[in-house]
Amino acid sequence: MIAVRSVAKKIGQQEILRGVDLEVATGETLAIIGRSGGGKSVLLKHLVGLMTPDAGEIWIDGHNIIGMNERQLGAIRKKIGILFQSGALFDSMTVEENIAFPLREAGEKDPKVLHTKVEEMLEVIEMEGQEDKMPESLSGGMKKRVGLARSIIRRPSCVLYDEPTSGLDPVVADSINRLIRRLQQRLGMTSVVVTHDMKSAFDVANHIAYLHEGRIYFHGTPTQLQQARDPILQDFLLGRSDGRGD
Amino acid sequence: MVRFFNALGTPVLAFFQYLGELVLLAGDTFRSILTHKLRWKLFLNQVVEIGLLSQLVVVITGAFTGAVFAAQTFFQFNKIGMGSATGAVVSVSICRELGPVLTALMVAGRVGAAMSAEIGTMKVTEQIDALRALAVYPTDYLVVPRALAMMVSMPLLVAECIAVGIAAGYFIAISLLEINGTYYMANMVRWTRNRDIIMALSKAFCFGILIVFISCQKGLSAREGAVGVGRATTEAVVNSSLAVLICNFFLTMLLNIIYPAGYQ
Repeated sequence: MIAVRSVAKKIGQQEILRGVDLEVATGETLAIIGRSGGGKSVLLKHLVGLMTPDAGEIWIDGHNIIGMNERQLGAIRKKIGILFQSGALFDSMTVEENIAFPLREAGEKDPKVLHTKVEEMLEVIEMEGQEDKMPESLSGGMKKRVGLARSIIRRPSCVLYDEPTSGLDPVVADSINRLIRRLQQRLGMTSVVVTHDMKSAFDVANHIAYLHEGRIYFHGTPTQLQQARDPILQDFLLGRSDGRGD
Repeated sequence: MVRFFNALGTPVLAFFQYLGELVLLAGDTFRSILTHKLRWKLFLNQVVEIGLLSQLVVVITGAFTGAVFAAQTFFQFNKIGMGSATGAVVSVSICRELGPVLTALMVAGRVGAAMSAEIGTMKVTEQIDALRALAVYPTDYLVVPRALAMMVSMPLLVAECIAVGIAAGYFIAISLLEINGTYYMANMVRWTRNRDIIMALSKAFCFGILIVFISCQKGLSAREGAVGVGRATTEAVVNSSLAVLICNFFLTMLLNIIYPAGYQ
């Protein structure tokens, strides 16, 4: 469903991506792990056309999205939901308006239908009764859950998660992980999860890709990653900063 | 020498790049207006924000400008026995220059700043990326309603400023300066033509377009968090104001050919 071929990206003088090759099959949950500032979020934004690579190709459902303009990308983006690191909720709208936004933009005008669908989503994200709150009065975890509800209300075939558990306490982080698993199991959504939270990666992923120095250094199952003897992977998995793997 | 041309060339290139971005945004907006459905709720919200909520500022600006201009004109004209011509001078000047320019400067400060700050904040907090990711084109959603609301509101605000300015000038003239009201009105009506009002409204429309595109472009290109939003807002107000003043000169020269001033 998603194929990334030799994608390179330079921001300023810094080479962020140096030829990333990656494939995500339909229905799969892939976790992209790597050190902070290593280009994981940049790679994720490329997948939905929010950033344009300097070189390479990105194929979504058989369409190369490189070279498409914003309006052409609209059709691709309707199939993909994205959860931003901060939630990126529209701060002038209530929780209900935020969640209903994609449906309203798709032409749904009936307030009853919109309200019912929002209530369903609030139940999924375990935030019933919070529809009238403004984003500023929500905690970080709640913002992420509302952001997630907004990105999946149109039932996309693929959801991209940018650091879904960062900055959250372990209990809220676990509830987000459960939610990601549930979406995959119940709705068969393809998921790409960018994270440096190893617990989250092992909890949700069928496959894990390790992004190191702008390239995919490892791509395999969680079990293969745990069994890997590679010192660079070991350093990351064990959280060692003394660079024994270098 | 190379360093000199580098130092000279970089800002020139940056300026032309900025102009290019403005033209592209304007082109994109007009294309969107013609080819896509308008979000009426957003448009009406912006009409309220730009038109309705700017009333007080515009009325005060118009009233005090008209009043002080009437007084100053009278002080000078009365020395040569032409005090009753004050009404004509005030009316024509407010229509042709003061009304459109001062209203535009006030709107640039009040509305332009708000536009660039709001859009800039959306940009740095990833809300614009969220819009794009939700398959909503930011120009359609953010710029089109603001541009159309500005095109509708600015001429009305300028008309209001002119009316209030002329009324304030008249009030000051007959109550404090003791000019004969009949002469004042007769001269004003005689020398103020429809073309003066057309000129005012044409300028208002052009200034509105300048303010909205400069402010939206600054917001859409904001970066680097709160500092970036602050910088974008300041630049939006400064650039809009300068653009209004500079374009006013060229519009005056152009429109004066089409609608010459005076009793003809």
